[in-house]
Amino acid sequence: MAELAVRCAGVNLRNPFLLASGVWGESGESLAGAWSAGAGGVITKSIGSVPRPGYPNPTIEAYERWGLLNAMGLPNPGIDEYPREIEIARRAGATVIGSIFAGDPEEFARLAVRMAATGVVALELNLSCPHAEGFGTEVGGTPENVEKVVRAVAKAVTIPVIAKITPNTGDAAGLALAAQRGGASAVSAINTLRALAIDVHLRRPVLSHGLGGLSGPAIKPVGLACVWQIFEKVTIPVIGVGGIASAQDALEYVMAGARALEVGTQVTFDGIGVFGRLATDLSRLLDELGFARLEDAVGVAHRASSVPPE
Amino acid sequence: MRTVVAVTERVAETPSTVTLRFPYPTAAVPGQFVMLWVPGDDELPMSLSYTDGPSKGVTVKAMGGTSRRVQSIRPGDRVGIRGPYGNHFDLSPKRVLIVSGGSGAAALAPAAGRSIAAGSSVTVALGATRAPELLFKERFRAMGAHVEVATDDGSEGAKGFVTAVADRLLQSESFDAVWTCGPEVMMKKVIAAAAPRSVPVFCSLERHMKCALGMCDACAIGPYHVCVDGPVFPAPRLENLSDFGTFHRDSSGRRVPL
Repeated sequence: MAELAVRCAGVNLRNPFLLASGVWGESGESLAGAWSAGAGGVITKSIGSVPRPGYPNPTIEAYERWGLLNAMGLPNPGIDEYPREIEIARRAGATVIGSIFAGDPEEFARLAVRMAATGVVALELNLSCPHAEGFGTEVGGTPENVEKVVRAVAKAVTIPVIAKITPNTGDAAGLALAAQRGGASAVSAINTLRALAIDVHLRRPVLSHGLGGLSGPAIKPVGLACVWQIFEKVTIPVIGVGGIASAQDALEYVMAGARALEVGTQVTFDGIGVFGRLATDLSRLLDELGFARLEDAVGVAHRASSVPPE
Repeated sequence: MRTVVAVTERVAETPSTVTLRFPYPTAAVPGQFVMLWVPGDDELPMSLSYTDGPSKGVTVKAMGGTSRRVQSIRPGDRVGIRGPYGNHFDLSPKRVLIVSGGSGAAALAPAAGRSIAAGSSVTVALGATRAPELLFKERFRAMGAHVEVATDDGSEGAKGFVTAVADRLLQSESFDAVWTCGPEVMMKKVIAAAAPRSVPVFCSLERHMKCALGMCDACAIGPYHVCVDGPVFPAPRLENLSDFGTFHRDSSGRRVPL
């Protein structure tokens, strides 16, 4: 069986499939559950400086098996309460990456120090939530801001810093490059695409917040393009996110340049068992295609000469 | 994924509970819940209190702001419905004890109805704060259930907790299963009362819910998500969970004491 273990952003992962931030991840038991289901690592819900209830319902609209529209509104217990949840996941042996969001570089840095103190192996900075006023894309929507935030955080902590990039500005690669300049150890791409649903009977948006973010298989080609373009611009590892539902999806991301992957929406459609299945299937697919290690497939699609003879 | 329907009927069941009926032909099994959207306000998980036929129903207790506004809905008003979601009661046991606290009867009444229609015998220990709040007492009796009542103030039936009535029934009669819904502290006592008699207990849980799809983690309790692993749990799954009967999570995910 092909070797799935990878080292990404200075973190050893038993396989490349990370639980994406925002899915499960509010409770330590859920993080532990994703780990025991076979995830290579788990990323917490994005945690802020203070508890935040998120938006009223409806916060979600599901489309068969091809997409999920959400505007949860960054609900989280806040950094004072959340360490106990991380402790539960760490006691279960999980590799935990802490996701944080804040409104400016200084707040990011303060929060990063507190999150790092929980024992997480790396930080992921939410610079890309498309539907929270004052956070996410509103902070991480320009290369200048991304660089400032990443620099402030990278200075404040010693653990690796991953910047999660938005696809909604049209230049994910420019944002990723800015993250690298700021000192990021890796970038993850993409977060959800800004999106909307309308109820025609009620003549109003379905989500209480109006605009939301689309995830799931529908956005996979967009995520692939972003990862592709980012890989050509940066030298730090890329973590691929967006619509991964099968081993083939995963390998597409790897060949586009991803060293690790995040899976979120598919948990909704398949349950948490998706992690075990993806790992088994990917290892088998790599075998079939003649790769001894996942690492050997990273970015190969960028080199036309790598096409094997029949 | 949501269906917008016009409410057809509103019934004030007790001073604090209201039933809304609406056309929703999708099949449902007693124990399941729907997400009820009040446009412009919020969307809440509601056990189906009427599961049979094309007209479904929910019975809402006045708690927070949104549940009060749900109660003010009138026939003709439109709401969004999605679901039904979650698992359901196993209706095969032949001798069932139902233990209901407060508005817990909403989830239990349709289970009693189908069970009796299929030939089972059902005994109901029905608890409330006071006599006018005894939800679905007449409905249970009309189905053919044997109903015993407890009220906190003694205004009807035994004075005190319904768990004492349940304990007495478990001592004097034989049951194949106990179904319970109500405050978690009450359900914990029901589990304790049934344990020495080896009667399996199934609890219907109510937790803060957002997505109802097993994604957002709002309804996490121990390793479970009430929306997809529940809402009905066999007692052994709950007994060792530190949160059961002690903590809820608020909408930010903070654990708050019950």
